Amino acid sequence: MEKRVTFRGWALPLLLIAPQVLISAVFFFYPAGQAIWQSFFIPDPFGLTSQFVGLGNFEFLLGDKFYRASFLTTAVFSILVTLCSMIPALFLAVMADRLIKGSGVYRTLLIWPYAVAPAVAGVLWLFMFNTRVGVISWYLGKLGYDWNHVLNGGEAMGLVVVASAWGRISYNFLFFFAALQAVPRSVIEAAAIDGARFWRRFWTIVLPLLSPTTFFLLVVNIVYAFFETFGVIHTITAGGPQQSTTVLVYKVFSDGFVGQDLGSSSAQSVVLLIVVGLLTVIQFKFIEKRVHY
Amino acid sequence: MKKTLIGMLATSSAILVPMAAMAQTEVQFWHAFTGRLGELVKAQVEEFNASQSDYVVVESHKGNYSETLNAGIAAFRAQEQPHILMVFEVGTATMMAAGGAIKPVHEVMEASGATFDPDAYIGSVKGYYTSTDGDMLSLPFNSSTPVLWVNRDAFEAAGIDPDTDLSTWQNVDAVLDQLKAGGENCPLVTAWQSWIHLENFSAYHDVPFATKDNGFAGLDTELALNGEAQVAHLTAMGEWAKDEKFIYTGRRNEGGANFRSGDCALFTESSAGYAGIKAEAEFDFDVRPLPYWEGVGNGPQNTIIGGASLWVMEGHEDEEYKGVGEFLSFLSSSNVQAAWHQNTGYLPITSEAGEATRAAGFYDENPGTDIAVIQMTAKEPTANSKGLRLGSFDQIRGIIDEELEAIWSGDKSAQEAMDSAKERGDALLRRFETANK
Repeated sequence: MEKRVTFRGWALPLLLIAPQVLISAVFFFYPAGQAIWQSFFIPDPFGLTSQFVGLGNFEFLLGDKFYRASFLTTAVFSILVTLCSMIPALFLAVMADRLIKGSGVYRTLLIWPYAVAPAVAGVLWLFMFNTRVGVISWYLGKLGYDWNHVLNGGEAMGLVVVASAWGRISYNFLFFFAALQAVPRSVIEAAAIDGARFWRRFWTIVLPLLSPTTFFLLVVNIVYAFFETFGVIHTITAGGPQQSTTVLVYKVFSDGFVGQDLGSSSAQSVVLLIVVGLLTVIQFKFIEKRVHY
Repeated sequence: MKKTLIGMLATSSAILVPMAAMAQTEVQFWHAFTGRLGELVKAQVEEFNASQSDYVVVESHKGNYSETLNAGIAAFRAQEQPHILMVFEVGTATMMAAGGAIKPVHEVMEASGATFDPDAYIGSVKGYYTSTDGDMLSLPFNSSTPVLWVNRDAFEAAGIDPDTDLSTWQNVDAVLDQLKAGGENCPLVTAWQSWIHLENFSAYHDVPFATKDNGFAGLDTELALNGEAQVAHLTAMGEWAKDEKFIYTGRRNEGGANFRSGDCALFTESSAGYAGIKAEAEFDFDVRPLPYWEGVGNGPQNTIIGGASLWVMEGHEDEEYKGVGEFLSFLSSSNVQAAWHQNTGYLPITSEAGEATRAAGFYDENPGTDIAVIQMTAKEPTANSKGLRLGSFDQIRGIIDEELEAIWSGDKSAQEAMDSAKERGDALLRRFETANK
């Protein structure tokens, strides 16, 4: 028999959920609604006049081949950032988990980069890789490699991916590390007694047990790559060379805050909203099936 | 002591000021300057506040140019706008189109009764900020123009006479070959590529950058930067880039670091780069006029300015506008302008300030600092060299940067790249036209 708490009447339950509903309405539904509403207009920056254009903003966007290309750029960028921030984090967590002495220091040091603001991280990486003047590009030059991310799109992409993923490794490390600590020792010891070596135990026991954390981090990191990386891109490449690092959210920022084109910027936000919504549905529908809680 | 006290009050929060100066009318001034320039602005404001007792100007730094403009726009929407807002030159069309948000400077000055003589300002400086009827809409504040910087030591190291004539690109072309042959691995570098090699290039050769008098005559303007003259110049630069005679370092003024460190021989950059280069360069340097192509267009015409102007915003009391008028009149006065020009390398906005600087012997002591002034004022501006007035221009510059990168990397020919820049830029101009109908 199912056990559930029942309320008499509607007043109390409504009162209890009211704060949550209110917060969602003020901070999520209202701005999202505004973005959708604004996407049907071309306003002037000062809000003095506004032209209703229907779906004109969307037509303008989708007719722009550079905007369409930026979907691919975003996909490549997000996948790379997610992989480059999760794999090293998992590796470091597994290593830290095996440490007996000094693991506290090691953990603390690994968490530091997370405290660096994305834009500052961007500037640091830019200094190191500055064409002709940066430390690393200078050494690369000595080795005969001509580093030039201001003209080479592939190198620019590599640089923004590394700069975006770098600080994220710390965050992911924390979660992986905590999850590893929660893996029952008895299971691992049992496997060890059966003769399974470290990597075998890792693949067959630890990794499956980590899957809820991995899935959570996958969702969170993709959202991060989509929305929070524009500080890094802005400081390092400003979307260039040509358009090789212009991801969708950077275009929202530059059209809205550089170009003061709020209509197009709103329309792009709506498109992003749909894309991320779809992605999340896909993730929960297909990938979550492979997750064991 | 009194000065520092006022300064402290002026820089402390806006709440403190009215308490200290109850009877004075407050004027808010938002600008985009930090560092040395920020200090100089602060000093100007302090001097004005100390010079009279009716008004207090409160200056606040609001971030870089884009951020300051955004802060002004956001404040206007919240009806908290400052009296005076600094807007960079590419935001001019945005401000002009916002008729209900701004109060033209000539109206403010007439109403305030402060001394104001529109003819005192240098034509090619104020031209950027006047309407087609000749009325001044915003007050030019900091204006510079591109010039050619020469590392004389690098010339000597490559066995070239540092006094070689570099007035035409034909001569520069030959010198680049010699520099390369002489072992120089960064013969030419530039800052602000679109501003120097397209916008100024077009004005300097008296060819249109955009139709409708570069946008001065109407919002239905279209880009004309894919013209024969521009394409020929960019083709030549593309060749130089391919042969590693022109080194591309980025969209902004990244090249300045390379030049100041002595890495590069020639540098096309704003005349306002003077202070930085003088402070850091450990080599002999020279300022030369921007080169032109002999036989192309009507070069050399005059170059155009970059920098910012001060816009007066709508929605304040008459009494406050009087204070604004007094302050702008103070800023235009000859000694304030002369000091500003000499301290920063920016152009003086009045001819009188330029003459005062010459009379004080500044140009003799700092040779080359008058090159920019001469280059701007040698000829009366034409429809092609008055300036640019294009909506969404900050973004159009971004598009131009992208297309220029395609030329430097060899992905596109100059013609293809500029045709594409025109097509993409025109689309933004049409959106701007719709937004401001």
